[in-house]
Amino acid sequence: MSTTIDSGDRALVQALEGLRATPPAGFTERVLARVGPTPALDEFVVVDGPSGPLFVAFGAEGIRHVIAADVVDRDPEAFVARHRERFGRSLRPASAPPAGLTRALESGRGRALRFDLHGLTEFEQAVLRKALEIPPGEVRPYAWIAREIGRPKAVRAVGSALGRNPVPVLIPCHRVVRNDGKIGHYAFGTAMKRDLLAHEHVDLDRLEELGRTRVRYLGSDTTSVYCFPTCRHARRITAAHRVPFRTAAEADAAGFRPCRDCRPEPARQTA
Amino acid sequence: MALTLTPRDEAMPERDQTADLVARMSQDVDAVFPEVVERYGPTLYTTALRVSRQPADAEDLAAEALVRAYRALSSYAPRRIRRLRLRPWLVTILLNHWRNQLRTGSRRPDEVALDRAGPVASTDSPEDAALARLGSGQLADLVHALPETQRIAVVLRHVVGLSYEEVGQVLECPVGTAKSHVSRGIAALRSRLSNDQEDRQ
Repeated sequence: MSTTIDSGDRALVQALEGLRATPPAGFTERVLARVGPTPALDEFVVVDGPSGPLFVAFGAEGIRHVIAADVVDRDPEAFVARHRERFGRSLRPASAPPAGLTRALESGRGRALRFDLHGLTEFEQAVLRKALEIPPGEVRPYAWIAREIGRPKAVRAVGSALGRNPVPVLIPCHRVVRNDGKIGHYAFGTAMKRDLLAHEHVDLDRLEELGRTRVRYLGSDTTSVYCFPTCRHARRITAAHRVPFRTAAEADAAGFRPCRDCRPEPARQTA
Repeated sequence: MALTLTPRDEAMPERDQTADLVARMSQDVDAVFPEVVERYGPTLYTTALRVSRQPADAEDLAAEALVRAYRALSSYAPRRIRRLRLRPWLVTILLNHWRNQLRTGSRRPDEVALDRAGPVASTDSPEDAALARLGSGQLADLVHALPETQRIAVVLRHVVGLSYEEVGQVLECPVGTAKSHVSRGIAALRSRLSNDQEDRQ
């Protein structure tokens, strides 16, 4: 009978299994080198981030993937498995981090980094590029991103796009918060979002306090300009000259114009 | 006592893995191809090593098969990629390339010496004793000496772990025929092992 085998054959079958072989070292790389430069393996490094170590994966076209190391129990293999699941690509340890990464992590500014956002929709890419403009120490509401990229009604979609950010921390989706003073969701948990913002000296208690009293903007009566409360210009306003506003219309009625840097409202055309 | 053999690599998990791989590859061949090389490199290398009589060329054969597979995949429509039975398809590319090379005479099969069994005596069953004496290199020689179809069938089923269905796809024959090629190959190996044992008694 062809599907059964007697005990004598069992030893033979086991011996045959022992004939399995693995290709010589470097086989994968040699094959990939022959099919062209595109499908080279991505590489990864582990670096110190502002809120604990980060796994960072990158390819020839830029940084593709960041995960807080604690999320995968600091296990490089678990990170590689996650990366493979999301991008269908393998990873090998890199000898050096990608250009500018260390400096970007120190300054909190990722604009000089190259990101590979292939596989994301145009909308998702626009959301992430916009988030990249928010300076460290400042936060913006979800609705601000939506308005700035020309999709003012897509506020919830902005939230989902930020939730799928493949390169968190470096593209600072943690700087996008709810406009009622609550900090909103974060892929690695709100505790980490809180930690990242505190590390950048965002005064979360004060933000919550303003949120409770429904203050959305702060103006200066010396310049007649109003800002988001965390804008670097708003932070310089002394208590004596600080004017709180709940709506842009209120500020407008008081003769204030929106800040050109944090843009709480689109700048009005000067007549 | 007769035992039913359970394939060590059950068909379902492999099928699920392949389904996932081809689904992703139908979206982006370049992104997923490195994974194909990593996952099937050992299968193709082992097949090349154990089927061809040119162990030194096994890496070239496996690499060439993967390069050809990549070129084919790059030109296939997503629907065609999704329908691929990836593992037998890759093995078929490898074997076709190997046969073409033999035919064009660019490489000649070299006969493998079969008389290298060691002189150690044993008290177990004759075949077990023979197996115990054989190094894996010598078992590989016995496999090399099988007729081509039996050799391919035995290697794919018992060395690399393809299902009988996949072996049938590679050999372009029904599953039942694939099973009989495998079992005839196993019988031939067993009889060579017994003869070998008798020769030394």
